[in-house]
Amino acid sequence: MFPKGTKRKFSDSGEEPVSSGDQSPPAASSAVARTLSSSYSLQRQSLLDMSLIKLQLCHMLVEPNLCRSVLIANTVRQIQEEMTQDGTWQIMTQALAAAQCPADRLVATEVLCRQTDAAAQAGQSPKPFSVVGLEEGYHSEEVVMEGDVETEVTMSTLSPVSPQLSSASYLAGPFGMGPCWEEEEEDGECEEDEEEDSEECVSEGEEGDRDHLSEDSRTGEQVFGTFEIKHPAPPPDPALEELFSDVDPSYYDLDTVLTGMQAAPKMGPYDLLESLSSHGPTTLSSSSSCRSDLNELDHIMEIIVGS
Amino acid sequence: RFYLCTQFKNNTIADATDIISTVEFNHTGELLATGDKGGRVVIFQQEIENKNQPQFRSEYNVYSTFQSHEPEFDYLKSLEIEEKINKIRWLPQKNAAQFLLSTNDKTIKLWKISERDKRPEGYNLKEDDGRFKDPNNITSLRVPVLIPMDLMVEASPRRVFANAHTYHINSISVNSDNETYLSADDLRINLWHLEITDRSFNIVDIKPANMEELTEVITAAEFHPHQCNTFVYSSSKGTIRLCDMRVSALCDKHSKLFEEPEDPSNRSFFSEIISSISDVKFSHNGRYMMTRDYLSVKIWDLNMESRPVETYQVHEYLRSKLCSLYENDCIFDKFECCWNGNDSVVMTGSYNNFFRMFDRGQRRDVTLEASRENSKPMQVLKPRKVCAGGKRKKDEISVDSLDFNKKILHTAWHPQDNIIAVATTNNLYIFQDKVN
Repeated sequence: MFPKGTKRKFSDSGEEPVSSGDQSPPAASSAVARTLSSSYSLQRQSLLDMSLIKLQLCHMLVEPNLCRSVLIANTVRQIQEEMTQDGTWQIMTQALAAAQCPADRLVATEVLCRQTDAAAQAGQSPKPFSVVGLEEGYHSEEVVMEGDVETEVTMSTLSPVSPQLSSASYLAGPFGMGPCWEEEEEDGECEEDEEEDSEECVSEGEEGDRDHLSEDSRTGEQVFGTFEIKHPAPPPDPALEELFSDVDPSYYDLDTVLTGMQAAPKMGPYDLLESLSSHGPTTLSSSSSCRSDLNELDHIMEIIVGS
Repeated sequence: RFYLCTQFKNNTIADATDIISTVEFNHTGELLATGDKGGRVVIFQQEIENKNQPQFRSEYNVYSTFQSHEPEFDYLKSLEIEEKINKIRWLPQKNAAQFLLSTNDKTIKLWKISERDKRPEGYNLKEDDGRFKDPNNITSLRVPVLIPMDLMVEASPRRVFANAHTYHINSISVNSDNETYLSADDLRINLWHLEITDRSFNIVDIKPANMEELTEVITAAEFHPHQCNTFVYSSSKGTIRLCDMRVSALCDKHSKLFEEPEDPSNRSFFSEIISSISDVKFSHNGRYMMTRDYLSVKIWDLNMESRPVETYQVHEYLRSKLCSLYENDCIFDKFECCWNGNDSVVMTGSYNNFFRMFDRGQRRDVTLEASRENSKPMQVLKPRKVCAGGKRKKDEISVDSLDFNKKILHTAWHPQDNIIAVATTNNLYIFQDKVN
């Protein structure tokens, strides 16, 4: 269920030249690169992942702490706003949308489907210009990340399982409505994108703004709605199913479809959480919430599978 | 300032529910109440040796123990309601009995603690053990008398104030009028009359119409010590609002807003979280208030809203560790703070069982540790020092070796004397100033 060795691809991405599809003009992507310090964006990404995990795994027997949830949600919003301004948000969501779509359709048709057919996914890969947009996104991310390969910090095995969670939680969408949100985003792109150029990023940015604002509303609902009427994990909850569906094959398939291109956003969650040591000493209490959250996740999974 | 460890009370019976969740002296300092995660209240009473001498020694011994709250289940939401005691507040003493308010997440209770040291004896119709006598055998008449007995301390619930809070109660505060008190949860503050349990008035409501727009919660609230119309509440965004109940029935509009502008050089994704205020306390003289956020303690002059008059760094060395502290949730720890009797010193807790005192007048601060290894009875506490970086001197502790599971969240200061109560996870330490 959990990927092994995927982080190697991250370092590979810096070494292998981009080889497929049209290359977007370097102007837009290098602009992004210039505005972002790569380690900063790495840290920001990992913080976002961490926050999403914390928000998602707070449904316990006792009501979650509202103050804590509000503070985490505000942090996520802040990161989203900054990433939207930087232009990295829609790049990432494009990447996730492409990765998301096939898995999402599969989950929609089969509840708790875990065997995602690799071939089927490849066949259901997103429409051409989304993929193209994806490539552009990958490329620009790659430019950003290239510098990171040299400055890569030592990977710590802080939470080997959490990368899976974080990527899954990404796909789920932070606020439980991910699949729908991703599809919206993609449709928007389909309508507007004709060719890949720098303007594309801008228009998508606005789209992304709108979409991620509505996503925020779902954040609130998901997190704070429990206080009005408790949402027990509803059977058709796409978020939970996304969490548990095996998304690895989709990654691998995308890798084969877009030969040699490793999406940094996809890799981000895997590596960043493992390189959390860059944020502080590892001797700090290692009973991280990630681990305890994972135990709860296992518990939830047992309940769902068991029933 | 050196502190003698007079004693410590070990509350552990290897039981997780014994985690101390609140500590509070009564108005004379004679009684010290603690609440724990298991819903129990333990009250200690001061016993003073050599009271007339300047170097008196105080001991606090268990006076009363009772179960204040039980765990409940909210059937509508399918959620447990914890029995953990969030706050205890004493009422000023009016008669022989003592009264305190204790609250968990949802329900506030008024407890009467009374002493019984006499019992009646010599009833005509009953035996001493309560059995009824056969009336035919009674040949004489006598007057029952009260005879001394061993002291018995009884706690009985006198009022239960329930069903007024949708969210978790974080504060209660007794008004100086001794008739009303407020209770605050994450989004609302209610005003109660101590005699009336089926009604309360909502005086602050910050719940947005659309919960999705929620970005700020109430973190603490307190009545002014002398002005019965004034109270303050703090928020998760680092603001404090002072409200005057005479202005309007619903105090949604503040009379004063205390907020310090953010330091742009320290801005990070964690800025808001660490600015969230975990405790607010008025000074005894009512001129100042103190707030505790994650890294600092701030003293505010009630007449100046723009910035605090004093700021004390509790553990600035943690600023570079915020991401890790976010990951392990320590960044959400709610530390309390307290004033000493004459408002000259403030105290708050930290990690590694450290607690800090800041002498406002002398501009000195000290870090002390509450642990069994380091505190033997009658031993003076040694000041501790945390080494933030670079070369670690002898006896210094490096930031990386701090134990973040050992946190001191609750401290209390005797209202008159230099006696402090410090709660570690499940131990209570009582220290007394060495007067010399």
